[in-house]
Amino acid sequence: MIFRHPVFWLTLVFAGVMIWLPLHGNNVSLREDLILVAVAIILASNLNLMIGYTGYVNFGHIVFYGLGGYVGLYLATVRGWNLVLSALLAGVVVSICALLFGLGILRLRGAYFALATIGILVAVQSFVSNFDPFGRSTGMYVSFEAYQPWGGARRALWITYFLVIAVMALSMILSLAIKISKFGLGLFAIREDEDAAVVLGVNATVYKAIIYSVSAFLPAVAGTLMFYKNGMVDPSIAFEFMLSLEGIVMLMLGGKGTVIGAALGGGLYEKLRSYLLTSPKLSNFHLVIAGGLLLVVVLFAPGGLIGWLYRFVPRSEKVIE
Amino acid sequence: MTALLEVSGVTKRFGGLLAISDVSFALAEGEIVGLIGPNGAGKTTLFNMVNGVYKLDRGKVSFAGQDITNRPPNEVVHLGIARTHQIVKPLYGMTVVENVIVGACFGRDYLKLKPARKVALEVLERVGLSDRADTSARSLTIAGKKRLEVARALAARPKLLLLDEVLAGLNPTEVEVMIGIVRDIRDSGISVLMIEHLMQAIMSLSDRVVVLNLGAKLAEGRPDEVVQDSNVVEAYLGFPDIVDKLRGVQ
Repeated sequence: MIFRHPVFWLTLVFAGVMIWLPLHGNNVSLREDLILVAVAIILASNLNLMIGYTGYVNFGHIVFYGLGGYVGLYLATVRGWNLVLSALLAGVVVSICALLFGLGILRLRGAYFALATIGILVAVQSFVSNFDPFGRSTGMYVSFEAYQPWGGARRALWITYFLVIAVMALSMILSLAIKISKFGLGLFAIREDEDAAVVLGVNATVYKAIIYSVSAFLPAVAGTLMFYKNGMVDPSIAFEFMLSLEGIVMLMLGGKGTVIGAALGGGLYEKLRSYLLTSPKLSNFHLVIAGGLLLVVVLFAPGGLIGWLYRFVPRSEKVIE
Repeated sequence: MTALLEVSGVTKRFGGLLAISDVSFALAEGEIVGLIGPNGAGKTTLFNMVNGVYKLDRGKVSFAGQDITNRPPNEVVHLGIARTHQIVKPLYGMTVVENVIVGACFGRDYLKLKPARKVALEVLERVGLSDRADTSARSLTIAGKKRLEVARALAARPKLLLLDEVLAGLNPTEVEVMIGIVRDIRDSGISVLMIEHLMQAIMSLSDRVVVLNLGAKLAEGRPDEVVQDSNVVEAYLGFPDIVDKLRGVQ
C-alpha cells in the first residue's frame, strides 16, 4: 500500500511547505523561484521513469514539456478552454504522440535510442516552427483577458503556482507508485538485462512503450501551466535542448532510480543554477558547472547523492525506499 | 503417452551457416531428455528456437498440443516453458529474491507481488539459496548464479524446464547438489530438457538422449544405447572406426 510508504507522506509535507513558504507574507519573488524548482522536479522525476527505472536514456525529454505547452496554450488561449482542462488534454495528446514515437524508436537500444530521442526533439521543434496555428517561429502570446476567468492576472499566477506544485507532488507519487508495483519490477528487469527479462516473461515492447508514454504526461501538463504563467511561448523556449541535458544532470546528481533522488537533484540543481545565473560574475557559467558536476557524479558517485547516502548509511535505504 | 513438446523439422540459418537443419524430436510429460553434442552442434540454438528467441526458417514447434512456432519468449513462458541460460544472466542490480520474484510475477501464473514473493522464497529454499535471499545477485559465486537461474525458471511454475548447461563450471560437490535439484524438479512433475556435457550427469538423469552434431540430429535413444552408437563416438572423438578399435583394446 502506497499510503504506508514514508515517501508518500514526505511528498505531501514537501508540497505543503512549497505552498506555505511563498503564501506566508505573499512573497511573489520567492514564488517565482520555487515554481522553477517545482518544474525541475517534475522534469527530473518523469525523466527518471525512463533513465532510472527502465535504463533508456532520453536526451529529448523536454519535447514533451514543449509540445504539451504548445497544445495546452493553444487550447486555453486560441480556443478559450478552461486552463485545467486544456492542460490535461495536452497531457493526453502528448502521451499519445509519445506512444507512437515510442513504438517506432524503442526498438533501438543504448546509444542509438539516445540519438533517436534527439532526432524527435529536433523534428518536433521544426514542425512547430512551421505550423501556422502555433504561430510559427514567433510563437503564441496569452492575451490579458485570458487571466480574467481566474479573477485577474495576480490571482491567476497564484493559482497556476498551486497547480504546478500539485503536478510536482503527483510526479513524485506516480514515481513511487510505479516503483512499488509489479509494473515497476518489470521495468527494473528490463533495465538490468532486457533479453533476460523477456525470457522471464516480461513483455518488454509493451512495457517500454507504456512508460515512455507515461513519462510524457505530467511534463506536458506542466508545460501548459508554465507557458500560461509566462504569458508566451516560442519554439526556442519550448524546446530548449540545454534544459533537456540539464534534466539528466539533475537526475544523476540526486540519484537515478530513486523517487527522492530525482526530486532532490532537481531541486538542488535548480537552486544552484538560479544562483549562478543571477550572480553578475558567473552568469552563463552555469553550464560549465553543470558539465563538471555531471563528470564528478558519474566518476565518483554513480548513484548520486542518494546512492552515496545509501552506501554510507545502509539502513537508510530500507527506511526511505 | 502424448508428447508435451514436439519439435518437427526445424531449420535455422545464420547467413551462410546452417545452424540447425531439419531437426525433429519429442518429449513426453514427466520425462527428462538430455540434449548432447560437441561444441557448436547447435544445442543452445535449438533452445532459442523452442522458446522463441530465434525465429524459425522452417519447421514447427508445438507444446501441450498448441502450435507455439515463433511465439515471442515472454508468451512462451506464460504457456509453461521456462529456461536457464548457459551464460548466466542475473539481474545484477537486484537482490537474489527480487530476481526470483521477477520469474514468479511474469511466469505461467502471472502472480501479483505478494504471492510471488512467497513462491520465490519457497523456490530459493528448494535450490538451497534461501540464506542468500537478500544479498545482491552480483555477490553470488558461479555455482550460486547457476542455482539462481534454476530458481528463477522454477518460480515461473513451468510444465517444461529447459536447462542449458547448469552443471558446467561447478566442482564435484556442487554438481552432486545440482543433480539432486534436477531430480527433485522431475519428481515434482516438471518435464526437463537439458543440455549437458557432463556424461556422468546425463547418464544418471536422462530417460532419453538426443544427440546433435553440426546442426543435425545424429542419434536418439536410451543413454546407454546412445553412448554405444559408433556415429556418436566418432562425432565426439573424431576418428572413424574408433569404437571397434577401443573394443579391441579391451
